[in-house]
Formats: sequence, structure tokens, C-alpha cells
Amino acid sequence: MTRSLKVLRIGPGCTVQDAGRPGWLEYGVSRGGAADRLALAEGAALLAQSHTLAALEMVGMGGEFEATEDLRIALTGAPMKASIDGSAIAWNASHVLPAGARLSIGAALRGTYGYLHVGGGLVVPEQLGARSVHLSAGIGAACQSGDTLPVGEDGQFQTGLGLKVANRFEGGQVRMVASLQTHLFAENDRARFEQTQFRRGTRGNRMGVPLDSDGAAFSPDGGRTVLSEVISPGDIQITGDGTPYLLLAECQTTGGYPRIGTVIPCDLPLLAQAPAGAPLRFQFVTLEAALEAEEKARSHQSGLRTACKPLIRDPHTIADLLSYQLISGAIAGEEDVL
Amino acid sequence: MTDLHTQPADFTPLIRTVGIDGMLISFGERLNEPANRAALALRAELGRLTWDGIEEVSTSLVSTYIRFDPLHLEHRTLRDKLEGLLASKDWYAAPLPENRRLWRIPAVFGSELAPQLEQAASAAGLSPEDAIAQLAAARVRVQTIGFAPGQPYLGELPEAWDIPRQSQLTNRIPEGALAVAIRQMVLFSVATPTGWMHVGQTAVQLFQPQSANPFVLRPGDEVAFTPATAEEITNLRADPMGGAKAEVLK
Repeated sequence: MTRSLKVLRIGPGCTVQDAGRPGWLEYGVSRGGAADRLALAEGAALLAQSHTLAALEMVGMGGEFEATEDLRIALTGAPMKASIDGSAIAWNASHVLPAGARLSIGAALRGTYGYLHVGGGLVVPEQLGARSVHLSAGIGAACQSGDTLPVGEDGQFQTGLGLKVANRFEGGQVRMVASLQTHLFAENDRARFEQTQFRRGTRGNRMGVPLDSDGAAFSPDGGRTVLSEVISPGDIQITGDGTPYLLLAECQTTGGYPRIGTVIPCDLPLLAQAPAGAPLRFQFVTLEAALEAEEKARSHQSGLRTACKPLIRDPHTIADLLSYQLISGAIAGEEDVL
Repeated sequence: MTDLHTQPADFTPLIRTVGIDGMLISFGERLNEPANRAALALRAELGRLTWDGIEEVSTSLVSTYIRFDPLHLEHRTLRDKLEGLLASKDWYAAPLPENRRLWRIPAVFGSELAPQLEQAASAAGLSPEDAIAQLAAARVRVQTIGFAPGQPYLGELPEAWDIPRQSQLTNRIPEGALAVAIRQMVLFSVATPTGWMHVGQTAVQLFQPQSANPFVLRPGDEVAFTPATAEEITNLRADPMGGAKAEVLK
């Protein structure tokens, strides 16, 4: 049997994702790719493999999986309760999934998008140069129970690594830069936007999420006549009824609604991960500050591999040893691993 | 309304940032033919130049978009290079890109397959017969592709077709539908709600993700619709190209 991951049971909307599909914008296809790019990089670091390999993106909940041969796996993004044959395993960590064992991944404890990575990556057929599913463009489809996902060759053996990850799963403050149409909004509306405490709306998906608030609607001066123009992920467009709508990886390529600003790329994982109702605030920063943040984020990403540390600790150094359930050798799966 | 489709003589191309990794060069504030040609010509030139650090180039109706790596190619550097390039010639008078194609796509105008022909004709102040004659005679250009994969905005139509979009959306216009408003046509690549009026129906599938050439149309291509009967269109559905044929424009 070919090397693969069998999907025994899976939640709705789970898709194979990679770093996306650049180069098709002028044909109406946005880049797409993983909603949380940082989680993709973290999984690649834990398995010491290329960050361009595809993983399974799980929305709000995971499923049950079985490997046809021993596989290395890593779990990143929104923490979910995970176990192999009933023994809990740590999130933000790499493990061996033995052939025939049952990997169970439950509901997200925090955040929205969890990722299951495999050594060698998921090698579903490429379409337009990438393996990522693009639901709104009709490229590929959501994963279904009974699917078998082919897995690439993996020449490595190391597992049992963990990564300490900052909490980006409960909302928070993000930075944005002025964009094409920011000047269409009056200065006091822009200030009010920064002061408003938004909540991530419930109808969000990979294309974008509505930003709910209790205040008055936002409206541009003469915004209805804006010519349809290129959209980039992170854009916050103000829709017809004045509700801001944040665009994510799978957004349309062009849009006519005016945009008040663009969230900077390194803050997009926090927005993509914010669960429905999570508090969100926005702050304009200068282009210079945004570029500095981008540089910092890239250096953080390139340091991820060295930041991965062995999971197993000397029991004498574990201060809260008694809080662990030692009989099955398991921890609940959400604790810090270092 | 007459100045809507001509370029104000004093418009200077405008360079603006898009997020932290994009730059947009706009050739007009409204859709007009010279600005659309300028955007296509600049996109073609940038494709030839292949500047280091540029990751993707595309066009919308009157502008050219560049996505680049701002840590590799500084904003200031790219802006300077673009200013130099823009000043090097009159982009509004630039020839259209090479290797464009003329597509002839069979379409039925009106009938039960395209129920809004009469409504659109009346909005344009034309009899249904004259409306069909004008649409069948029009040779339009792919001004941009967007909203959905492979879906073109085609223009521009004769002045009579400067009709507004409907405020009441049509719940579902089918794939292959040809719809009009504001002197443009959209040939739908997916079924979707729309405010455009459904005047024709084709059998072409503009996005074929499994095919070696997944997109039928490219920005700059020209399109003419050859009248067919409803029965012919229904029969053409067996062919993903829906009977569409291309020739290279010289």
C-alpha cells in the first residue's frame, strides 16, 4: 500500500494547505494557502522540512486518522486535544504515528485553525503549481471521511520535539498600514476605527471575517464610486452597510468596496486564528514600522528550527510534576512543552 | 456622462502602495479605453523587464499592480524605477501587448437561456432586434479578469449600453452567461448572484482547473460572440470550450 494518511472521520471544511499559489492574480485566482502561515512554518520546523510542503488545515475541530506506515507528524496552530491510541500527545510538537494506530484530534481549545503536518508532506496532486485547496475558486475540495491522503517520502526520523508558541489564539491588537483608499475616510473615522473594540464575527471563513462592533457604522466620503481594484489579504473593506470585513488568504482578487487599511502580514495569523467573538483592536503604524515588524517576523521564522527542543524533561526539573497524569505517561496536551 | 470614457488630458499616472508589499500604478480615476490600454502595456513591459524582487504583476481596469518583497526590493528603489519607466514613454499611446488572440464564442441572445435581453434592450433604448445586432457585431476586449477565476470584464460596448446595474440582484446567473451594464459585458465563469443583466448564454467553461491551459482568456484578448440558437448552445455544452475558437491577432 502506498504511504498515506487515512481519514476515518473529519470535521467540516478541513482542507490540504500549503504556502499558496502565487502568479494567478491576473486570472482571477488569489494566492490562498494556509490561513495561519506561521503555523505552517512551525510545523515545518518541528519536522525539519521545507515550509512549502502541504499540511492538513483543520477548522475548529480535527478528526480521526490512521497511517498506512509509520509517519512523523507535527501539530500546530489552534491547540486541539490530541491523542494516539488513547494516549494524549502534546500540541506544538512532533510525534511518531505508528502504522495502524489511531490519531484522534478533537475540538479547538482556543483559536480556529489547527494543522496536522506529516513528514514528507501531503502530496495530493498539484493544480496550478500548488497543492492547496482553494474552495472559492473551485480548486480541490474539503477533506471527507474515507479520503486517503498520499504522503511524500521522508528521509528523517527525529520526533519528540516541541516548540514554545506565543498565544495568538484569543484575539488581541494588530497593526495596519494606510492603503489605497484610506484617505477616503475622514480623519475622525480613522481615529474611531482605532479606538473601537471589535469582535470577530461568526460568519468568517478562509475568504475573510466580519468585524462586529457596537458603535456607529463606518462610511467613506464618496466611497460608492470607487473603481474595482486589486485586493490583498489583510485589507479591511467597509461593506455597503458599514460593517468592516477583513480579507484573508482566499479573498477575491478585486473588489469595489473602499478599504480603510491593510493589516500587516505578520499580524494576519492572529486575525485568522481569532475565534468568533474574540476581541480585536487595530492600530495604524507607519510603513517603516511595518517593514521593521516584517523583518523581525521573518527572522523569528528562520529561527524556528533551532527553537525546537526535545519534549522529554528530567522529572526533577518539573516543578508541577504532580499535576501531570503520570500513569499513562500522558499530559493533557495543552501544557507548555518546555 | 460623455467624459466617462475618455481620459482627462491632465491625468498623470499615480503610484500608490498597497499594504506593505504592493504598488499600484493607476492610469485614471474611471474606466476608459486609453487607461486600460496603458495598464495592459505597462504590465507587459514589467513582464519583459523581470526586475529582481518582483513576485507578481497583474492589471485591473485602469491600473497595474506589482507585488514585491519589500525587504529585498526597497519601496524607494521600486518607486524610482517605476517613475523612470513611466516617464520613458506615453503609455496611453502604447501599443497593446503582443500574442493577443481573437476569440469567437457562440452565444444565444435572448431565449429562455438568456431571459433579460428585452429588459436590457429597453434600458438601452433599442428594439430587441437592434440590441442583438449590436451585441453580435461588437468586438470587445478583455479589460481585466477578476472576481472569479478566469472571468473577464469585456468592453467597451456602444454608448447606448451605458445602462446601470440592477439594484435588485438576480439570485443566480449560470456559468457561461453573458451579461451587460455600464458599456461592459461580463462572461460568467461561475454561477453567482449578480446585478448585471443576462442577455446571452454561451457554453464555454472559462476556468478548467484540470486542463493544461486552465484559463481560456487572457487580459488584452479580443472577443466576438457569434449568434447561435438555444438548441445549438445546449448541444455545445458537451465541449468544455463551448465551440470557442481563437486566432492570433497580428
